[in-house]
Amino acid sequence: MDVLWRGFVEALRLLLEGDPEVWAIVARSLRISGLATLLSVLLGLPLGTWLALRHPRGRRVWLSAVYTGMALPPVVVGLFLALLFWRSGPLGFLGWMYTPRIMVLAQTLLALPMVVGLTVSALQSQDPRLQWQLLGLGASHWQMVLLLWREARLLLLAAVMAGFGSAISEVGASLMVGGNLRDHTRVLTTAVVLETRRGHFAQAIALGLILLGLAFLVNATLTFVQQQDVES
Amino acid sequence: MTEPLLEARDLWVPRRKHWALDVPRLAVFPGETLTVIGPNGAGKSTLLAVLAALLPPKRGQVRFRGKPVDFRRSLPYRRHIAVVLQQPYLLRGTVADNVALGLRLHGFPPKEREARARRWMARLGILDLARQSARQLSGGQAQRVALARALALEPQILFLDEPFQALDAPTRTRLLDELHSLLRETGITAVYVTHDLNEGLALAHRVAVLMNGRIQQVGTPDQILTMPVNPAVARLAGVETLLPARVLEAENGLLYLESHGLRLMALGRARPGDRVLVALRPEILALWPPQAQPRSSARNRIPARVVEVWPQGALVKVVLQGPQGMRLVARVTRLAAEDLSLEPGRKVLVTFKASAAWAVPDAPEES
Repeated sequence: MDVLWRGFVEALRLLLEGDPEVWAIVARSLRISGLATLLSVLLGLPLGTWLALRHPRGRRVWLSAVYTGMALPPVVVGLFLALLFWRSGPLGFLGWMYTPRIMVLAQTLLALPMVVGLTVSALQSQDPRLQWQLLGLGASHWQMVLLLWREARLLLLAAVMAGFGSAISEVGASLMVGGNLRDHTRVLTTAVVLETRRGHFAQAIALGLILLGLAFLVNATLTFVQQQDVES
Repeated sequence: MTEPLLEARDLWVPRRKHWALDVPRLAVFPGETLTVIGPNGAGKSTLLAVLAALLPPKRGQVRFRGKPVDFRRSLPYRRHIAVVLQQPYLLRGTVADNVALGLRLHGFPPKEREARARRWMARLGILDLARQSARQLSGGQAQRVALARALALEPQILFLDEPFQALDAPTRTRLLDELHSLLRETGITAVYVTHDLNEGLALAHRVAVLMNGRIQQVGTPDQILTMPVNPAVARLAGVETLLPARVLEAENGLLYLESHGLRLMALGRARPGDRVLVALRPEILALWPPQAQPRSSARNRIPARVVEVWPQGALVKVVLQGPQGMRLVARVTRLAAEDLSLEPGRKVLVTFKASAAWAVPDAPEES
């Protein structure tokens, strides 16, 4: 209990005193996970829409792959990327290993199935005849898709929230491909691991609380927007 | 002869394992309301979806103004039509937003959008709801919004798929009357799909009867009611008595028949020796006391016994048994039922005019 309390006090001190390293880690975490979420939405929203509306060949296999991907262990993603981007790996020439870029890539791969899967669920929960109705009023296919997204926006917002949650909370892949390098690839989750290993439990708890607070802040903002929409 | 505005040719759409929509030809002429009537599962909605280019057929063509519709690039055609479905499918936003939705999709400038939307909201009696959320409307109001949304596009063809099915009876009747007036006033060509005979007949210039994915008959409401082409259409058109008979003589469309040991007369297209079914609508059968000598031009007279009397709303359904197991169903007013003291076992005389009876071929029906 004492450790927890000291961790909480330490977190407050680190934040109030404006420890530049902590703030840099927070900013880096947000930058990397935010970018990964953005990329996963840019890729996942059209992909999920395609799977939900177009019924492509082998759709069930694709969907099974997506739903399996929603439970993808981060270390597996980390291992896969490490093998690809290792100096002697097929993409090693890019020199992405131990850079924020590969961390963005890893988190994107983790968030993507979440966004795709929840987009498919969101669009499939709509009455399929809504598509007929929109087309029957002269909508082009793009106009129809935009209107379907607009109608499903609450559920799609949940997909974005889930994507961001899986990105910012993962540690395995970031640690493996990012390397937790100070001032370069250290993010909140990897910093928590480091401080725990060092035995700096108070520091680790402080960083953990910041991570929790950050996730809460982002999700609370999105939830606020979502619920305002429901009530209106 | 007027060219059809819309025409389906050799349509074939597989739907389930042993079921397909198969329509060799169906034409819709400018300014007419064509209603497609059929039981549930007959393929009416599928036909409407294909005609509106919402569903591509496996084979066949839909032609609009003589030119085939390209189902891969159907937008230019879809910009000439509007669709109203069973559910109103209103989107988030106000009633005015929803009425203007189609106009927005078509790219109308905001001022024209607003003017047209207001005009049609006023026409449908929902102008006072303009600023209300579309999600807080009653079923009838929501369907008015859906109608205004479609009509605001001033489409060349309006497709309606049982739009009033989910509404209560008084609201449905009121909306049906209004739609009838709107279609007649505007002259918009419409295709109206329904399983309800009365609804379909009330709106139609012509009726197409669809069963098991096939068009059975196309004709005016009168033709469907009085000259059904087969027993299935007859039943759908409200015929409750189909008497098996053999044609004795045929003379200019008037048939002399033998049925259950009686000589009857009916209209129809058959040759002597043909087996037919005499279709009798329940309202054409007149009931009299057994010994009566009615001063009526009805040439068909059948002595019968009442088997069952069943009040149904304003009318009374009377099931009767004639000679040799002949079964007849009549509908009479409550007053007439009282005057005749109708009850099971009571003897009556049944009469009907030859011109009101229609003989259909006694062909095996499709399953």
